[in-house]
Formats: sequence, structure tokens, C-alpha cells
Amino acid sequence: MTAYTATVTVRLKHGVLDPEAETTQQALERLGFELEDLRAADRFEVDLDADSAETARERAGDMAERLLANPTIHDYEVAVAEREG
Amino acid sequence: MTVAIVRFGGSNCDRDAALALEDLGVDAEIVWHEDGLPADVSGVVLPGGFSYGDYLRAGAMAARSPIMADVREAAADGVPVLGVCNGAQIGCESGLTEGAFTTNASARFQCEHVHLRVENADTPWTAEYDAGDVLSLPIAHGEGRYEVDDDRLTQLETSERVLFRYCDADGEPSVDANPNGSKHNVAGVLGERDTTAVLMPHPERAALADVGGTDGRPILRGFARAVGE
Repeated sequence: MTAYTATVTVRLKHGVLDPEAETTQQALERLGFELEDLRAADRFEVDLDADSAETARERAGDMAERLLANPTIHDYEVAVAEREG
Repeated sequence: MTVAIVRFGGSNCDRDAALALEDLGVDAEIVWHEDGLPADVSGVVLPGGFSYGDYLRAGAMAARSPIMADVREAAADGVPVLGVCNGAQIGCESGLTEGAFTTNASARFQCEHVHLRVENADTPWTAEYDAGDVLSLPIAHGEGRYEVDDDRLTQLETSERVLFRYCDADGEPSVDANPNGSKHNVAGVLGERDTTAVLMPHPERAALADVGGTDGRPILRGFARAVGE
């Protein structure tokens, strides 16, 4: 078994309104920053032990499918890296 | 036969639902989610509140509680299931109904009375209405914006799964009358069967004349008839 960290990034699908991101953007602009757009995402770092990086990726993908993301409104991606003890 | 009002950690409209149903003569009891559904369950209410503090997404945690597998099974068997507010979010998160209720377009918690237009009057919930009738119910939510992709929304509309839309006092589903930015002003939808319904507004908070009016009463009377009482 190898120790991995699977990073699951969950973001709203393109075209789904994100009022929190809009509000954050407005607050940045109020502070004098110039920006074109702002998108927010949730990032989950899951420590797990698995036989291979592929297995770790699959398990993290299942977690995203079943809980971390809502497929109706979210896309997600998974990145896996070995974790140092 | 008992209507189960499922209480999760953070539910807070469970007692309102119990009071309203009892007033209609319905045998209803509050059931802690870890205890599962009673064997003789005749109907299910998923009440409003803030289950699990809305962690991750409103309704996400409660939807994964083991009792929801029982609720889905009961719903598939035709047991009437009503999800209100947080219960509607749980209903969508658990796959009882299509779509998702997410952050209001205003990014604010909206607590007000709204008008609703009956879209489908041929359901247990709306049997006392005609399509196009307007009622007034309270809302209280931060995540009530109905989202679903356009194709699915079209399917829901053509298969008459939309139960209520937000509208103005004249029944017009205008942008101004939409309190949360819901797609096509959708306020409530039916599940696969007409006996499953979720909505963000609170019929149980408008069921007693002395407290909040009685516009929600016909919906709950429909529930009472559907559970055979």
C-alpha cells in the first residue's frame, strides 16, 4: 500500500450562477482591484492508502460522485500525489 | 398507520409540521433519523431546518443518512413524501426529485411571503386547486434557487413535474416575483410519482389561522387524504 493524497476540486458547471463569487468579486472591486471575472471552487484533500495511484484516483472519484460534488450543478477533477509520511 | 416527520440534527420545522398535521387529524410522529422509518409508515415529511448546519451543501449530509434509502423505497412504493425547504434540498440531494436548490441569486437569506401559482392541479397536493390558482406562503431560505440543466427542465415541464412557480399577485411568473433566481420561477417539483413532492415555501407555517394564515392548509389536506386520513 502506498500513501496518497487525492485532491478533489469541485466547481460549478459553466453557466451556473455563483452569487458568492459575484459578491466576492464586487468586494474586491470595492477594494480597488481590477479584475475581469472570478470563479470559486471547493478543494478537498483526501489522504488515503491504496495499491496504486489509479486506485486512489478511482476511490476519490467515487467520493466526488457520491457526496463531494452534486452532478446536477458541479464538475469535478481529481489529482493524486504520493504522500510523505 | 403513521406519518413520519424525519428529524435530523438541525431540523427545526419538524414540530410545526407535527402541529399542522395533528390539527388536520393526521396521526403524525417525529422520528429521529437514526431510528429509521416505522414499519407502518403511511407518509413521510422531510421538514425544514438546517440539517448538519448546511455543511458542504444544504441537505447534502442528511440525504446520505441511511433513513433516506428507506424514504426512497417508500416513495417508489407510492407512500406520499413531502419535502419542505431543507427537506426539499434533501429530496433533491437524495435523488427523490430532479435538480438542486442552491444559493439564492441575491446571495441573501430571503425571509418573506411569496405568491405561488399552481402549475399542476392533478396531484394529491394540489387537488383542491385549479391550475393557475395563486396562493401565498412564507419562504425562509438562503439556498432555494432551483437549478437544473435546460434539457432536464424542459422534460420536467413537459411531463408536468413542476408543481408551483413563484409569481406575482396576479399569477404572472415574473422576474420580480422570483425571490431567489430559480430557473423558470420553479418553487416546487414532483418526483417520479405524483405522491412525491418538494417545495421551498412552507405550507406547514401557513396552516393555522392564528399563526401565519391558512394558504398551506389545502396542500396538507391533500397529504392527509393521500395517507388515508
